[in-house]
Amino acid sequence: MTMVAACPGCVAAPLALKHAENHAAPAVVLSLPTIHCAACIGKVERKLNAMPGVDSARVNLSLKQLSVYGDAIDTDIIVAALKSIGYDAYPLDVGLLETRQDTVGRNLLVRLAVAGFAMMNVMLFSVAIWSGATDTTRELFHLISAAISLPAVLYCGQPFFASAWSALRVRGLNMDVPISLAILLATGMSLFEVLNGGAHAYFDAALSLTFFLLIGRYLDHHTRSSVRSAAKELAALEVHHAQRIEDGNAVKTPVSSLIVGDRLLIPSGVRVPVDGRLDSAQALSDRSFLTGESAAVTLAKGQQVQAGEINLGAPFEMTATAVGDDTTLRRVAHLVEMAENSRNSYTNLADRAARIYAPAVHLLAFASFVAWVLVDGDVRHALNIAVAVLIITCPCALGLAVPAVATAAIGRLYGLGFLVKSGTALERLAEVDVAIFDKTGTLTLAGGSARLDHLTGEQAAIARGLAQASDHPVSRALVTALPDAPSATLVEISEIPGNGMQAVYKGETVKLGRGTWLGASFDGLGLKIGGQPAVELPLHETPRQGVDVALQGLRDLGVPPQILSGDRQGTVRALAQRLGVQDIHAEISATEKHTYLTKLQNEGHHVLMVGDGLNDTASLAAAHASVAPSSALDASRNAADVVLLRENLDDFPLLIRIARSTSRLSKQNFAIAAGYNAIAIPVALLGYATPLIAAIAMSASSITVILNAMRVRFVK
Amino acid sequence: MNVLLILIPVSIILGGLGLCGFLWTLRSGQYDDAEGSAARLLLDDDEPDEG
Repeated sequence: MTMVAACPGCVAAPLALKHAENHAAPAVVLSLPTIHCAACIGKVERKLNAMPGVDSARVNLSLKQLSVYGDAIDTDIIVAALKSIGYDAYPLDVGLLETRQDTVGRNLLVRLAVAGFAMMNVMLFSVAIWSGATDTTRELFHLISAAISLPAVLYCGQPFFASAWSALRVRGLNMDVPISLAILLATGMSLFEVLNGGAHAYFDAALSLTFFLLIGRYLDHHTRSSVRSAAKELAALEVHHAQRIEDGNAVKTPVSSLIVGDRLLIPSGVRVPVDGRLDSAQALSDRSFLTGESAAVTLAKGQQVQAGEINLGAPFEMTATAVGDDTTLRRVAHLVEMAENSRNSYTNLADRAARIYAPAVHLLAFASFVAWVLVDGDVRHALNIAVAVLIITCPCALGLAVPAVATAAIGRLYGLGFLVKSGTALERLAEVDVAIFDKTGTLTLAGGSARLDHLTGEQAAIARGLAQASDHPVSRALVTALPDAPSATLVEISEIPGNGMQAVYKGETVKLGRGTWLGASFDGLGLKIGGQPAVELPLHETPRQGVDVALQGLRDLGVPPQILSGDRQGTVRALAQRLGVQDIHAEISATEKHTYLTKLQNEGHHVLMVGDGLNDTASLAAAHASVAPSSALDASRNAADVVLLRENLDDFPLLIRIARSTSRLSKQNFAIAAGYNAIAIPVALLGYATPLIAAIAMSASSITVILNAMRVRFVK
Repeated sequence: MNVLLILIPVSIILGGLGLCGFLWTLRSGQYDDAEGSAARLLLDDDEPDEG
């Protein structure tokens, strides 16, 4: 052993880095939403490590993700293996996930650690000085403090200096300007005092200021990055494979490598990945994301198919005409992002406070300096007082209070299944006074339930037999609605694309499908047996679980719900009646939704928009605050402030209540900080502020503010 | 007062060791999955496979 290291960290760090390099790029990353305990980790890792081709597998329980390392790993085999031990796994697009290493966050933590180390050492010396160390001892302690503080302040304060400098360069003022000024002036003046044998040094104040503010900065960063990575995970879950037809065979191909002119096979129940032209004779497609209408659309050969539509019928073939960013879906999504920028003009609470606070602090410090120079003509004494004023008024509350409350609130909401995407979302949610709900996909779930009491036993058996043979969502809903019926013995079962199912039962032709196809007077689903008239099988959309509770809760909070839907008048009215909503608007287009919402906002309302379709995206972006379910399209989720991760809506009112208390607690924190200032500023102005008083005022206010922020965890 | 000349460097070095230790844990990714690390404590690696 020739190398001698100064500390264990220096020996261990290179080893750790090597370890990290080995694991630089996992071959496959999967989302495992159901893992929750040590047994799960053990089971999953043991299973995968035993699989051929897998070098290693590691579960991250915080992110609920599994990274698999190794060459030639087939995602499908891994998914199947996990399924066999009872875990649902969803492959994630590694390219879309952010690089795993959060360098900015680590950087802040390192600075925080250095600031904490320096602060505690300097504080030890300061306590000795405050207890009455004099003469040479005091000077020695001051010098050691200076030796520790100078490099520490210069290193740890960099995030603030950089931000302040970028504001000053464009002749602006932000919160970091008074912060940087206080830190630098306190250090500089203390250094001058120490070199001239002065009694007061503010090294501990400068360091603890840096320490507390770095905590705020780190909390702020942590919240944002964890929310961002959760949102990234949602995006990475999107469709990434399509069936491309090559030499007559369907080959699984990543969507990103599709080009115009490719021929694709779209299986039943799958989202169309790109825009194109229909090559098969017929197709049945769900366009509800575009129009909001729940009924399926029949397409004929040669007609346009758009990315995002869901194939409800038999598998069909299509030729791609627009891929990637050129698809209608992406273009609309892009427009929405542009529209979103207009909302970014919303100034958050901390910024509004900073605009008043920053100039006031500077003026106060400058005024005290001038006043003391005029009173006793001692420039050094006057500068001392000005620095004390700056330290005491330094906006710890602004830098710490708001991030602390937001972190606690966003963490709590994430646990409840709400992904809060935007930093100002909670403040805006707290202000809403009207809630607008989209119907299809938001209040109701895809698929449906049928009321089939009027069927005879034989009819039910035939319907079930026919439905069982098809993968169509409507058929599947029908099978669920007929749990007890035995299925009839059918022969020659065939699926007529776009129309329904057909078979022979006891020598008679039986059909299950669209009313028009059966020659009936209704449009909906029907059953026809031989020459008898067709029987209608009315399918209802199922409301999401907890919708009643959610809407009642909103009413109690003074946020009356309304329903805006592109669906037919009758369907919307039926649901509204069930849920007790009076205010409904049916059969309206995306533009009309947007106009209606803008009108409400112009009347002074703060509108909360909840929706999932492409016809809602403009409204989601324009609303004061917006929520989208995780089943929504990418574009809608991007436009929304909050994404609902659970299907259940029970906790929806809690979202508003937590948002309101977040806002209230932030304001309380400002008040607490202002209270400390109200006591300490006069003391500082009169010249009685010693470094001890400054340290106590600052730490006490920071700690009170953090403790107060924690109360958001107990909101019910 | 001579005792100070020994105690002060000792206290600073001890603090510095703590700081180095923290930086090491940070660099080796020990804060990347706090929940997982807590759960892994319960895993028994020595247990033979049931299969």
